[in-house]
Amino acid sequence: MSLSVLLKNASQGITLGCATLLMVSVGHAAEITGAGSTFVYPLLSKWSATYNEKTGNRVNYQSIGSGGGIAQIKAATVTFGASDMPLKPDELQAAGLVQFPVVIGGVVPVVNVEGIKPGELKFTGPILADIFLGTIAKWNDAAIAGINPGVKLPDQKITVVHRSDGSGTTFNWVNYLSKVSSDWKTKVGEGTSVSWPAGVGGKGNEGVAAYVNQIKGSIGYVELAYATANKMAYAAVKNKNNEFVQPAAKGFQAAAEQVNWTEQPDFYQIITDAPGAGSWPIAATVFVMMYKEPKDAQRSKDAIAFFKWALEEGQSDAQSLDYIPLPGTLVKQIEASWAKNIH
Amino acid sequence: MTRWQRRQFTDYVAKALGVVATAFGLFWLAWILWTTVSKGLPALKWGLVTQMTPPPGADGGLLNAFVGSAVMCGLAVLIGTPIGIGAGTYLSEYARHTKLGAAIRFINDILLSAPSIVIGLFVYELMVRPMGHFSAWAGAVALAFIVLPVVVRTTDEMLQLVPTTMREAALALGVPQWKIIRQVLYRAALSGIVTGILLALARISGETAPVLFTALNNQYLTSSLNEPTANVPVVIFQYALSPYEFWHALAWAGAFVVTMLVLVLGLTSRWLIARGKMTNE
Amino acid sequence: MASPQALELSPVDLQGRRERRDRLLDTVFRYAVTVCAVFVLISLLGAAFSMLWGGRLAFSTFGWRFLWSPEWDAVQKNFGALVPIYGTLVTALIAMIIAVPVSFGIAFFLTEIAPPWMRAPVAAAVELLAGIPSIIYGMWGLFVFVPFMGEHVAPWLDEHVGPLPLIGPLFQGPPIGLGMLTAGIVLGIMVIPFISSVMREVFNTVPVHLKESAYAVGNTTWEVVWDIVLPYTRSAVIGGVFLGLGRALGETMAVTFVLGNAHQLSLSLLEPGNSIAATIANEFTEADSAIYLSSLIALGFLLFIVTFIVLAIARFMLSRLALRAGKIT
Repeated sequence: MSLSVLLKNASQGITLGCATLLMVSVGHAAEITGAGSTFVYPLLSKWSATYNEKTGNRVNYQSIGSGGGIAQIKAATVTFGASDMPLKPDELQAAGLVQFPVVIGGVVPVVNVEGIKPGELKFTGPILADIFLGTIAKWNDAAIAGINPGVKLPDQKITVVHRSDGSGTTFNWVNYLSKVSSDWKTKVGEGTSVSWPAGVGGKGNEGVAAYVNQIKGSIGYVELAYATANKMAYAAVKNKNNEFVQPAAKGFQAAAEQVNWTEQPDFYQIITDAPGAGSWPIAATVFVMMYKEPKDAQRSKDAIAFFKWALEEGQSDAQSLDYIPLPGTLVKQIEASWAKNIH
Repeated sequence: MTRWQRRQFTDYVAKALGVVATAFGLFWLAWILWTTVSKGLPALKWGLVTQMTPPPGADGGLLNAFVGSAVMCGLAVLIGTPIGIGAGTYLSEYARHTKLGAAIRFINDILLSAPSIVIGLFVYELMVRPMGHFSAWAGAVALAFIVLPVVVRTTDEMLQLVPTTMREAALALGVPQWKIIRQVLYRAALSGIVTGILLALARISGETAPVLFTALNNQYLTSSLNEPTANVPVVIFQYALSPYEFWHALAWAGAFVVTMLVLVLGLTSRWLIARGKMTNE
Repeated sequence: MASPQALELSPVDLQGRRERRDRLLDTVFRYAVTVCAVFVLISLLGAAFSMLWGGRLAFSTFGWRFLWSPEWDAVQKNFGALVPIYGTLVTALIAMIIAVPVSFGIAFFLTEIAPPWMRAPVAAAVELLAGIPSIIYGMWGLFVFVPFMGEHVAPWLDEHVGPLPLIGPLFQGPPIGLGMLTAGIVLGIMVIPFISSVMREVFNTVPVHLKESAYAVGNTTWEVVWDIVLPYTRSAVIGGVFLGLGRALGETMAVTFVLGNAHQLSLSLLEPGNSIAATIANEFTEADSAIYLSSLIALGFLLFIVTFIVLAIARFMLSRLALRAGKIT
């Protein structure tokens, strides 16, 4: 038997299978690849599914972390990157990118402590900072017990769960901790990934949620959709207005309303520790980054069409997953910036 | 206790420990297989092969991942096998006792055990960065680097097992060497070489690390080999680490299918080897 | 009717032409397979070089400090490989402590104790362990083994072994189940089939007359294995152990699931850690600065070099027995 026959025998089945399936799936619909923030992944994959049903276009969004979104759009391996950390205008300029917000959500602390129900526990910013610094190491610490009268806290070690990857959720979380705790600001600082003083690292919002569910006595931070989808015990946090706020769409909305989006170029705004009544202190905006002069103009157009649809008609999908859609005036401003900047 | 009794006792203890060690090894196998079966079997359903990976809260399957994996594994075998058979032939027929042959055999053995994540990094640098996108091609090439050493090694070994008398008989008839190799040796070593390919296929069908940064993943079936492509191991990885029960179930179903495939391939190749040995004897 | 002209080639001409064609094809074939073989050589060198190239920024920025700095700080852009190197070595060491005696026991059982009908199926079953994809080990580890460790093993160790002097600090810690001990055990299970199959094969190469002579003078089975078989096969057994070590060092997915991915140095094996391969798998697509990416690739280069050395030792030790036994393993 000759070499070619041998090869044919070995791989005939596979090749045949591939060939048929590939031919079946060949279409003329647009294909767009985006990557980044895990924070927005549930919403983007839902948008993508709805958009696919309506138009047949395929938006493939991979949640690899906001750091990854920034890295991959800079490496031009994707059509758009998504990040919960805005890039500074000069950094965008240098890379030839534009950015725009697409949705607002909130980062919430979640705990896994025996007997604690969702919404039962309360925290203040400085206490959260101390827990994540490792200086508050037990659940029955006086600081936690002091603001949680009536809650039975066990004598158990606190296991901090943080992100192991570069993350916009982390960015908003540590940005908030830096604003409320000078210790945190000097010892750790802020970024999409930081040098954590304590704890275990989970990959993505998913990973943190999974670890918090697995580890008794743990505390982590995730996007609200991950907490509710998983029936996790989220906690209330005291805001700048000195009131304890439960994490919910209303609080994110209140925080978002405090912001003047056109104040800065490229919509550069961070909305943690927002003032005003009812504001959730760790609200976060998801930004999308694209090239001003894309290599593949068609894909870029397809992606803009997708986001136009998502911003104008995707509100109900967003609300169903506890995200806050952007206000109409802001959507108009974003569309104007596309027309001006993306060619 | 006499000295003899003590020696007998030691012998007895050692044998008991040997049995315990074997039971220990088999215990993990049983535990892992049981987990895969008990969690994977209930999650099996027809939709697994007719639907795409779903967004959260929706129903779905793993169709795109199965197709992506099949395409990439198929391509990897198509790329890796000819080169592997060629290199194996060289080692066995042209360089059995040369220095270069020994060096290549050594390097090949290293490749055989090289960490697969390193291969992923290599192909990212080699293809993803220069081409500017993740793609099925990059994934297939990364997997081909795993196929290659397996096929080289088995081809080399199987050809060496072919009795020299067969080569000599053919040479005596004036048959040129390339014809001897193609028509005599490959035929004699066929089942062994196919075994090598099956083993390679078994190994790559569950490999995650090399495709993680090369093929990435995709929510949809893609029409092009230049697009990021879904594949079963990476989907299992993502879904296993997700908070959604439904995604866990899909991950277990995928894990079950992959494990069964790998076991079937492993057993088939074992059976081929056993049969080959019987016919040789 | 064909023209007679076409048949006029003499037999000698025909043979000459065929010989020339055969010689040409022989050369072409030889070149083709040589190119394939050289490709194997190039691919390994290429992998090493591409990683050295990709990691050059990290190596030139941090110098030797990269090897022993415990920092891994993406904010300050300060990277050192000590934590992942430590985690890699510790988990691989735990894996070896478990896998080597167990593998030896299995090889002992399969070559000397088990009844012949049992040997092939049991050997096949143990080797099936090697075929299970590492992602399956990872899932099983995270969903089944980690809770088991967290609920039963870790609290027991913390309570009973923790207070002991010397080894105590290794086993003090929170009962989270994730961590270096768990990762080491999972790795151990994963490398058992590799080491045991090498041991089994080489035990079978011991000449029967050696063993029979020992039995004839009254040795027990254990004494034959310990005093005859093991010394005879020593270098290959070490080779097999190093082969398993090479696997354990480079294993990625299973470790990523159960190690905890924390960049911290801790003495306790119950604490989470990080390994080179897991760090790369977790952070590679997310690295958002050139130096970060370069540091990850540099880690890959280190892993490559370490496994290369370990595997080279393995091959060298294995070939020593092969030389003696006159057989290539």
